[in-house]
Amino acid sequence: MNVPKDLKYTKDHEWVKIEDDIAIVGVTDFAQGELGDIVYVEVETVDEELDREEVFGTVEAVKTVSDLFMPISGEVIEFNESLEETPEKVNEDPYGKGWMIKIKITDSSELEDLLSPEDYESSIS
Amino acid sequence: MKKTALFKKHQELGAKMVPFAGYEMPVQYKGVNIEHQTVRDHVGMFDVSHMGEFILSGPNALDLIQKVSSNDAAKLFPGRAQYAYLPNENGGVVDDLIIYMIEEEKYMLVVNASNIEKDWNWISKHNDNAEMKNISDDMSLLAIQGPKAISLLQELTNENLNEISFYHFKTMNFAGLDDIIVSATGYTGSGGFELYVPNASAAEVWDKIMEIGPKYGLEPIGLAARDTLRLEMGYCLYGNDIDESTSPIQAGLGWVTKFTKSFINDDDIKLEKENGVSRKLIGFELLERGIPRKGYNIIDENGNTIGVVTSGTMGPSVKKSIGLGYVEADLAKPGSKIYLSIRNKSISAEVVKLPFYKR
Repeated sequence: MNVPKDLKYTKDHEWVKIEDDIAIVGVTDFAQGELGDIVYVEVETVDEELDREEVFGTVEAVKTVSDLFMPISGEVIEFNESLEETPEKVNEDPYGKGWMIKIKITDSSELEDLLSPEDYESSIS
Repeated sequence: MKKTALFKKHQELGAKMVPFAGYEMPVQYKGVNIEHQTVRDHVGMFDVSHMGEFILSGPNALDLIQKVSSNDAAKLFPGRAQYAYLPNENGGVVDDLIIYMIEEEKYMLVVNASNIEKDWNWISKHNDNAEMKNISDDMSLLAIQGPKAISLLQELTNENLNEISFYHFKTMNFAGLDDIIVSATGYTGSGGFELYVPNASAAEVWDKIMEIGPKYGLEPIGLAARDTLRLEMGYCLYGNDIDESTSPIQAGLGWVTKFTKSFINDDDIKLEKENGVSRKLIGFELLERGIPRKGYNIIDENGNTIGVVTSGTMGPSVKKSIGLGYVEADLAKPGSKIYLSIRNKSISAEVVKLPFYKR
């Protein structure tokens, strides 16, 4: 299972990449494998301020639909709109081209609650 | 949890296993979309051994079948199969099934895995004097489906498979084994056969097919693709589109409802057929982004609930969001505009003619 060392994680199987005051968010390799072929990513919360663990969107696989949760509080400033046409990028490249949203971080102390790669890896093994 | 005789094969192939109808079944191997397309373009093999099989025999077998089944089993002859359903006494459906006439006074009923016990009890309750045997735990079922299925399987038998028409079957020597039932049936809309094989021989038959499979593009296929394949054809799934509370006439099963004989609840069903139904099972395509799911409400432009989705998916071949659901009869005509309530949003859709997928 691919769990890159330079990212942070949540128990909801999302990864977070911190770039200054911006957090880039996607779902993990484990999550995409469990979901199966992803056919639709819906995010309609761009420009909204959301709290940690609020739903920012949904991901639909052939068999299931799953909510996407804010890993930290902040404003959703961007959605990866290329996923509208090619949601399969989430399966093919979950940590790269399959990224989902960018969040403007409001409370950087929340970052300490995110899981380390080691902790996330042990949670799924 | 029960395991089919092919459980080890699925594990070796790296299948993702899920509990289904009391069995651990392969839901996917490489991915639902690629498996789906393999069946449409080449050939795929499914282990559907969880399905139930009953043998009904003796001089009273036909009478029993005629009483519990909607279709006219008197039309059957040895080597002929028919699709039918078991009506309940309250206007709903106990199960849908395929009835095979094996020989004079001997029939095989193939029922849904989740209904084996219920169907057995139901049929037993109406049985006067036919012999009944539940062979579900001894029989494996392999579905080999897709345009290349016939060429592949032909390598394993001397019988001419071209001579077996749709919904016909033959008991033959297959893969060196006697008495294998080779049936021109399936649940995919891409043609092919289903093989009824005793458990003890199932792995051998599976291996022989897998061995010669690569040159035909054969892949093992999981239950997830079985569902998308059937849904693109608009085939009903028991538990989704039909159940104890759904009318078979509303579900579009009038074509397997024959009033040439009497059967359970036939008077009510006949009346319903003659008077017309208030609701109908329809196929629809989404006109906006979204995926329909079982249980979502179908609404009108003002947000009033006018029906419910019973099955839905993104169709891998048709590349559209498609679904089945019940709506009021005046909205059932192809072209009618309906809406789905998806996460509190109204998503427009259009009623279309089935099947969604045309070869």
